[in-house]
Amino acid sequence: MITFTPRDKVSKNWTIIAPILSIFLTIFFGLLIFTFLGYNPLETLYQIFLSPFSRIDRISDIFVKACPLIIVGIGLMLCFRANVWNIGAEGQFIMGTLLAGSFALLFPNVETKFFIFIMIIIGFIGGALWAFIPAILKTKLNVNEILVSLMLVYVAMLFIDFMVRGPLRDPMSFGFPLSKPYSQGALINKIPFPGIGYLGQLHYGILFIILLIPISWLFVNKTLSGFKINVLGAAPKAAQFAGFKQNTITITVLLISGGLAGVAGVIEVSANIGQLQPEVSFGYGFTAIIVAFLGRLSPIGILFAGIMIATVKLGADNAQISMGIPKVVTGLFEGILLFFLLTGETIQKYKIKWVGV
Amino acid sequence: MAIKKEPEILLKASNINKSFGNFVANKDINISIAKGEIHALLGENGAGKSTLVKIFYGVLKPDTGTIAINDNEVSISSPNSARKNGIGMVFQHFSLFPALTVAENILIALDTKIKFKDLISEISRLSKEWELFVDPLKRVSELSVGEQQRVEIIRCLMQNPKLLIMDEPTSVLTPQEISNLFKILKRLASSGCSILYISHKLEEIIELADQVTILKSGVSIATIDAKKTNTKFLAETMVGKEITDLKKTKSISDNRDTALELKGLNKNKETDFGISLKNINLKVNYGEIVGVAGIAGNGQVELMEILSGETLCEKDDQILLENKPVGFKNITERRQLGIETIPEERTLHATVPNLTIAENTFLTYFFKYPKANDIISNLFNNPHNSKIESEKIIKDNDVRCPETNPLANQLSGGNLQKFILGRSLANNPKVAIFSQPTWGVDIGAATSIRQKLLNLSNSGKAVILISQDLEEIFELSDKICVINNGALSKILPVAQITAEDVGLLMGGKLKTSDKLETT
Repeated sequence: MITFTPRDKVSKNWTIIAPILSIFLTIFFGLLIFTFLGYNPLETLYQIFLSPFSRIDRISDIFVKACPLIIVGIGLMLCFRANVWNIGAEGQFIMGTLLAGSFALLFPNVETKFFIFIMIIIGFIGGALWAFIPAILKTKLNVNEILVSLMLVYVAMLFIDFMVRGPLRDPMSFGFPLSKPYSQGALINKIPFPGIGYLGQLHYGILFIILLIPISWLFVNKTLSGFKINVLGAAPKAAQFAGFKQNTITITVLLISGGLAGVAGVIEVSANIGQLQPEVSFGYGFTAIIVAFLGRLSPIGILFAGIMIATVKLGADNAQISMGIPKVVTGLFEGILLFFLLTGETIQKYKIKWVGV
Repeated sequence: MAIKKEPEILLKASNINKSFGNFVANKDINISIAKGEIHALLGENGAGKSTLVKIFYGVLKPDTGTIAINDNEVSISSPNSARKNGIGMVFQHFSLFPALTVAENILIALDTKIKFKDLISEISRLSKEWELFVDPLKRVSELSVGEQQRVEIIRCLMQNPKLLIMDEPTSVLTPQEISNLFKILKRLASSGCSILYISHKLEEIIELADQVTILKSGVSIATIDAKKTNTKFLAETMVGKEITDLKKTKSISDNRDTALELKGLNKNKETDFGISLKNINLKVNYGEIVGVAGIAGNGQVELMEILSGETLCEKDDQILLENKPVGFKNITERRQLGIETIPEERTLHATVPNLTIAENTFLTYFFKYPKANDIISNLFNNPHNSKIESEKIIKDNDVRCPETNPLANQLSGGNLQKFILGRSLANNPKVAIFSQPTWGVDIGAATSIRQKLLNLSNSGKAVILISQDLEEIFELSDKICVINNGALSKILPVAQITAEDVGLLMGGKLKTSDKLETT
């Protein structure tokens, strides 16, 4: 049997050594695997880790890719801090997108950019409503939120699929399951840089993150509500003793995280797609769970974790395009990276011992 | 029967050392247990008693040191090998499956194969022989705590032990059950089975043990003849300093107004494992300590929660503060009205272990700290605001901290309890309600906590003390009642009730209406 005992003190040296060691071990095992599979190992590593940084437009694409991950991750951070296990951000992402998108399609000729703010609010409401289902079932009937939120992901996926094939389908789409394109007012533009033009796909949605990170940091560290969330996660009975209302907190964190997932969906689609289609998310809601934990449930950590995961995802795309390495192989590599990072963090905090049975 | 001669040594442990990290739990401990001897192990919390017996029972391995049984050196690598060496142990917290029957529970723990029918007859035989009466086919969940302990003992006796280790066996028993247990243990010893008896209760040791070994901070400081000593000497050896008596100067005045009153309070249990509160009537006046005795699990937790406001009453007027109903007020509102509760569980209930002392001060009194009464101050009200007051609580209550503003889990049990008490008293309550306030703290801290309770009532506050410790109840209370299976006995002045009556009430053997009504 393996036992984990918390260390009395986390060694300062280890907090620096552990992540570096994790990266080296990942690289080492990555080299082994890629060599074994017959790919040029150094070239592959270059594609995965460094190619996303090789040009300025590629660097800005990292932020574009990280944008939804970070927004969803921040919402999940609140849930996980309160020990509420929202696994269904993917579904909340879809439903927020769908509600805001349906609203946008009602106004095909809007030009004003003010319209996008209304869409973001509606997206928030859509995601929050979807998260309200597990919230109310958990607080009223004590139904496990993990199962409900996860299963609602599949409901949402099938529902948006039905909508774009049925009621929302563009008659001019030649039979493709696509909605009409959004109006100008419902789109998020790329940011023009004077003298340079556009930097890859970098769009104004990034501004939302620049706002969200400091606000969420203030919220969890400096407000009474943030304190309540932390206490509920650390010791529910102490929260009860303090007079914090457990159900209210549970519902609130689920609504906020669902809402933020919806907002992430609106920004993603309005910036990069411009219409509704069966696939709007590409697993952002699930990947954001990893981002939240990798970022140690802190806003700044999540910012970096989001950037890191986005880098590896883009690198994997590049490796696929330029070297023909299948996604499953790079997925395996991502798995190894996560394994070592999380193991390194665990050994920092715990002594691990084999104990005879 | 007993022939005086040099006693034969059953177990001899030499130079036992055991450390956890930097903490030395056992240091060069030597102990010899003779055949048929009741050997008590006495020490404060954290003195190293549990570590030592866990080494004997194979749960822990010593860093260095040897154990010899009948002069043969043995290595006890697991509880299994301990049992093979004739060592049995009854833990403080029982390890029984509530959903299984007595016989099934015993079967699980057996190392040898036996037919179920033979097992039943063997259990019946043992339970008759040792007067450990228990029905082998009954489910454990239907047994009282005392009966469950008997099952544990039978389970050990099935293995024909040469040494029986008992870890704080009386902490959950009524006085009557305790005297029964002692009879059994004495008979066992006279039949040749040695008993290693762990306790911090001095009277018990004097009554029961032949020899007593006193541990202090991991060192065995003395082994003495228990028949030739007294409680005061034991206590002072255990603590290592003279114990100051409590100052019980009471300013008795007849004019005491009612502070808190419970009237016909009923509350159905919320889970299958809870206890329903049944028609509870309780009154506490200013300047008075009312003690609520009772065995754990008889509704104390439920009573505490309804007094604190963690659960609300069914009717507003079931709890009255100065004749005003507060039954619908939540815990924060009750704190603001001056009702303070100090729950039994210090970590995870009264405090959050991995938050700092300032954050834990903020935890229950966040409403005191916003800098102004506007939206922004209330929104950004955070533990930074409680820093100064938390430092004051630490200073005023002699809470010893390893550093400034430590995490709650860095404090010892006694110091954490002093902090929790200080935190409540800083709110200047009218009524203070304590549950097991000295449970698991060392004697020094316990004395200072008890003195604080007395001072509280002397200064005119109303105090309710819920405790399993009868000694504590009798020492501190002005009036006493007993909780049994969710019902409260009539409240009587301490002079009109004896420990024996309380014991009977605790076991549910005496109805309040019987004898006490007339006194």
